[in-house]
Amino acid sequence: MAERGKQGYFGDFGGTFVPETLMAPLAELARAYDKLSRRRAFRRELDDLLAHYAGRPTPLYHARRLSDRLGGARIFLKREDLLHTGAHKLNNALGQALLAREMGKERIIAETGAGQHGVATATAAALFGQRCTVYMGEEDMRRQRPNVDRMRLLGAEVAGVDGGSRTLKDAINEALRDWVTNVRDTHYVLGSVLGPEPYPRMVRDFHEVIGREAALQLAKQAGRRAPDLAIACVGGGSNALGLFTAFLGRPEVRLIGVEAGGRGAGLGDHAARFRGGRIGVLHGTRTWLLQDGDGQIAPTHSVSAGLDYPAVGPEHAHLRDIGRVEYTVATDAEAVAAFHTLAETEGILPALESAHAVAEACRRAPALSASRVILVNLSGRGDKDLESVRAWDLAAAESER
Amino acid sequence: MSGLDDAFAACKAARRAAFIPFLMAGDPSPAATLDLIGALVAGGADVLELGVPFSDPIADGPVNQRAAARALASGTTLAAVLDLVARTRLRHEVPVVLFTYFNPVLAMGVAEFATRASESGVDGVLCLDLPPEEAASGFAGALGDAGLDPVFLLAPTSTAARMKAVGKLARGFVYYVSRTGVTGARETLAPELARELAAVRRRVRHPLAVGFGISTPEQVARVGALADGVVVGSALVRLVEEHGAGAAGPLAAEVRRLSAPLRRGRKRR
Repeated sequence: MAERGKQGYFGDFGGTFVPETLMAPLAELARAYDKLSRRRAFRRELDDLLAHYAGRPTPLYHARRLSDRLGGARIFLKREDLLHTGAHKLNNALGQALLAREMGKERIIAETGAGQHGVATATAAALFGQRCTVYMGEEDMRRQRPNVDRMRLLGAEVAGVDGGSRTLKDAINEALRDWVTNVRDTHYVLGSVLGPEPYPRMVRDFHEVIGREAALQLAKQAGRRAPDLAIACVGGGSNALGLFTAFLGRPEVRLIGVEAGGRGAGLGDHAARFRGGRIGVLHGTRTWLLQDGDGQIAPTHSVSAGLDYPAVGPEHAHLRDIGRVEYTVATDAEAVAAFHTLAETEGILPALESAHAVAEACRRAPALSASRVILVNLSGRGDKDLESVRAWDLAAAESER
Repeated sequence: MSGLDDAFAACKAARRAAFIPFLMAGDPSPAATLDLIGALVAGGADVLELGVPFSDPIADGPVNQRAAARALASGTTLAAVLDLVARTRLRHEVPVVLFTYFNPVLAMGVAEFATRASESGVDGVLCLDLPPEEAASGFAGALGDAGLDPVFLLAPTSTAARMKAVGKLARGFVYYVSRTGVTGARETLAPELARELAAVRRRVRHPLAVGFGISTPEQVARVGALADGVVVGSALVRLVEEHGAGAAGPLAAEVRRLSAPLRRGRKRR
């Protein structure tokens, strides 16, 4: 189907699978992005906001107590949880809101799963004085309540989506329907390395600062510019590409993406696209998808709303295809256990999404010597997840009784 | 000449636009759809548009979303839709265009789909999320090899270059989206429609059908005066939602009422 090197493709994955109404606007967006991202004034304004508003560079932290407890490799955490609004998502939201301003779009819309991208977009909209609507599945609104309140306080309209599984996938459906209707005055701030060209590469570019900073910080703090292992969770996969991109050209760095293993291996019980999926087309892109034999998109499950999505970013599909990145899974139980471990050893509450990456680090570290370095992207903070973790612990205690 | 070419040519000879009703296949069940298709034909359909239900219909409004959900709940797969078309063929000659999203087609396999659709008697296929750029490298060719017409959308946002690209790849007819947005009834038509269609006609030689949002006889009359085909979808799907398998009577009456302005005879453009 696809030709290598074709516009918007990563190997055989990616593309622009959208209704005709969006084709010209997407081409306009790609042109605007390509032009602005090369313009020094745009870069400078964004860098200035990232430094003085958002709080970049975020710290790189050597998690000594966690490393000691596991007994093995040294674990470093890239503290995206300390970025303003509490997750890496703001890198992209600021970039796209700035782009929307330059394109003369007065209204921005976004989808959100865990609420972190919604909060980031609402924040950027407040900063630039843009009108903002955020689509969120009603199931996600229930389990990420604090973020719903934050978005509303920031002046955004939060539109609940009650279709389908009432999670991230359905929020994207509704955001696309809004965009196809209001495309002339509205920019869609897509929140991950998903969707049609140019989103996957544009969102990656806005996050690529994460790995670049980490390399410089490792040089200072660990005496080396690259880790042995770099680990990140993968929903759509924006924080993972943000971390990995700087290391793609260094084959000695093993890159590991962690998908949501959920509560089991059956279709509907997890969000591990590379384990239980097949290649298909959803939300504008050709990639690995969880679907049934007839091409209907399958329901997904994860304790973390941000990973609870049936498709993976097309560049990840390509990186897996060429063997550059390994993909593995962490279950709900492993993620919650890692959440507790990090809280108790380091005084850090990770987002449940990021806890999947921490879980993988906990699994790998003991087998490695202390000379080895594991770099984990701690992509968000866990304040939003207190209710989910409490409910999980309560249910676990009940079943033990 | 394909079945679609013949249908548009016949309407042109009668100096009127084609009336093209849409239903979601399998809503409320595949067997019921077969009866409802009979009602559309009895009411005066020139071409039939059948929706293939998909779990994530990003180009559809609430009415068609609910119809797709009902069709999926009744177990309607793409294979079942093709079977339904084959059974339709035994009763009716009216050309059938499938209105689908790409993933179910991809899951069946593009070549396999083209062969089976052709054997079932499908005349044309419109993939809502497959623009000419993505269709050119396999899909359009596979349909052509199987004798099926690839139908494409154009929209108010389409540039001149895009119109030409669609004109080159499309067969049968081109479907013009009357305004930016999802499927579903609108109270008013876009005032720019006449100008926009004229711009398309300068670059595309195919018959132009116009759809998205047309639900009243007045709108049919106005669009019918400008276009070669008028598509009515959600207004009919709503009747199926209301009456279920018993919608045949109301559907035939509504198709008769909506298509009447096209049959009153008029000067073309």
